[in-house]
Amino acid sequence: MSNRLSDRLLSLRDWVDARFPLMHLWEDHLTKYYAPKNLNFWYYFGSLALLVLVIQIVTGIFLTMNYKPTAETAFASVEYIMRDVNWGWLIRYLHSTGASFFFIVVYLHMFRGLLYGSYRGPRELLWVIGMGLFVVLMAEAFMGYLLPWGQMSFWGAQVIISLFGAIPYIGEDLALWIRGDYVVADATLNRFFAFHVIAAPLVLIGLVVLHIVALHSVGSNNPDGIEIKDKKGPDGVPLDGIPFHPYYTVKDLVGVAGFLLIFAAVVFYAPEMGGYALEKDNFTPADPLKTPEHIAPVWYFTPFYAILRAVPDKFLGVLAMGAAILVLFLLPWLDRSPVKSVRQRGTLFKVILGVFVVSFISLAYLGTVPATPIATLFSRIFTVLYFAFFLLMPFYSRWDKTKPVPERVTFK
Amino acid sequence: MRYLIFVIALLGAPQVVFAAGGSDVQLDEVDIDLRDKESLRNGAKLFVDYCLNCHAAALMRYSRIGQDLGMSEEEVITELMPAGGKIGDTMTVVMQPEEAAEWFGIAPPDLSVLTRVRGADWVYTYLRAFYRDDSRPWGVNNAVFKDVAMPHALWELQGLQEAKVETHVDADGHERETITGFTLVEQGSMSPEAYDAAMRDLVNFMVYLSEPSKLQRLELGKWVLGFLFVFFILAYLLKKEYWKDIR
Repeated sequence: MSNRLSDRLLSLRDWVDARFPLMHLWEDHLTKYYAPKNLNFWYYFGSLALLVLVIQIVTGIFLTMNYKPTAETAFASVEYIMRDVNWGWLIRYLHSTGASFFFIVVYLHMFRGLLYGSYRGPRELLWVIGMGLFVVLMAEAFMGYLLPWGQMSFWGAQVIISLFGAIPYIGEDLALWIRGDYVVADATLNRFFAFHVIAAPLVLIGLVVLHIVALHSVGSNNPDGIEIKDKKGPDGVPLDGIPFHPYYTVKDLVGVAGFLLIFAAVVFYAPEMGGYALEKDNFTPADPLKTPEHIAPVWYFTPFYAILRAVPDKFLGVLAMGAAILVLFLLPWLDRSPVKSVRQRGTLFKVILGVFVVSFISLAYLGTVPATPIATLFSRIFTVLYFAFFLLMPFYSRWDKTKPVPERVTFK
Repeated sequence: MRYLIFVIALLGAPQVVFAAGGSDVQLDEVDIDLRDKESLRNGAKLFVDYCLNCHAAALMRYSRIGQDLGMSEEEVITELMPAGGKIGDTMTVVMQPEEAAEWFGIAPPDLSVLTRVRGADWVYTYLRAFYRDDSRPWGVNNAVFKDVAMPHALWELQGLQEAKVETHVDADGHERETITGFTLVEQGSMSPEAYDAAMRDLVNFMVYLSEPSKLQRLELGKWVLGFLFVFFILAYLLKKEYWKDIR
């Protein structure tokens, strides 16, 4: 009986396989895609980013069924979801917490790239596509944040869109064109809704496909920064490689479970994340006539917001903020070190990387507080340090004393 | 890694400088317990009697209050609802925002999610911080919300208090007045202790009102975390089993 069933399933597989490259895809991307066997904790965040994307899309679809994108109804419809829609509160908290966790996961994923030189050749394009994903994700999050139509939604959007007004000549018209009105208004909410639920997610998914295709073509980097494809056995399989499935599917499953534990703890016990994910002021409906005392973007934008405020001139500030993001695209060409991984780099690089991490976290903090003179002073110092990390990299990465790269990966 | 940690510790130190200062008035802590149905029901009655004449809570339905607070439809209709309402109605007010703006200078805000904006301690302290100030249109001011447009709607319960004011010179050499406490000058229908307890019930209800699903959320959370913990253990054992061949 069971034999006949499995025979039938196999013949169904063969039927499909004759018409669609099913087994080919399965082998290329899973059972015969060889990943280095020494991938560590930092390598969980790629698959976790994919998990969060799925959470956001699925919860987003259900939110869309009850959310009403007009200035008149948006705020109340979110509370309607929180109160009257069955399990609406859970779907909404999953989505709002998911947004913050998306950035936590992506920032850690990017930091992994910095640690082990994952952006270095032949993975330059993989990094650039990833940076494209980061920029689209920021746009997606920014537009999504307007939708609850609270005070912070409104004034955050008002401040950020007005930045475009600082561009000479075309600025004011450009800001007007983005808003569709002289202030953030119903028209803005409608178009942001369209971008948030369909345009940006489509681009996001397309880029994720490109990111994975590029990754599977060049193969994963690893904590030792060794190209495992350089040493293959007689069967053509990298000596330090293991099939992605089952080894990394079961390993990533542990990562998924660990992630979900933390994620669920926040969703169920601290969905406001202390006012950083759901800000207090955002429980007041948007009021174009009443400016909140202190406007700050959501935490994941604050490092860049602090850089913007650190520059005394508005237009130059906008340029600096843009440059802070764009400079990341250039990373593959700024790094001139003979080695990839932090494991073989010298003290100089480690200290500078440490300074960069502190600068980034400090800027994130400074972006949340009012711009007092002392806060501005520190923002300026950390902004200089942030840019120094990138712009001086061609020099210090060459001066750094490096250790020899091992022949094979280290595995306990 | 050692260097990283060292540099992070070194550079992280100046951040302490930014520890933010608080506001002038020390907020009193209120003991919120959403499982205390008795307190929530009492709070609901106070809310309907004293707040809902001017403030709406238009995002909340009466029927939901009944379900969550263990009240029958009958009880909700007779104890909480205005005459002629339907059980599925939301908590609106008759007063039009335009009229209200004319009377008070500003339309009273909707209270549906107020404690999520201000915090429970703020509301609790605010409701107990009205004091006599003849320069204000309603004869009262508030120590937490200076020059608030709202009259002391609960004065018949609390009575009227006067502020104890202390004058001191601040760091810049300016004289500043701070309110250090209150003295009751006109007795209300409740003793000060009873009034504090009533306000605790009222704020308790308002916290519930701001997020009615909170109890459900906290209850479900335990099961979800429990499940995920077991899932984590099983996933880890599965991974270990597969990976024992890798050397």
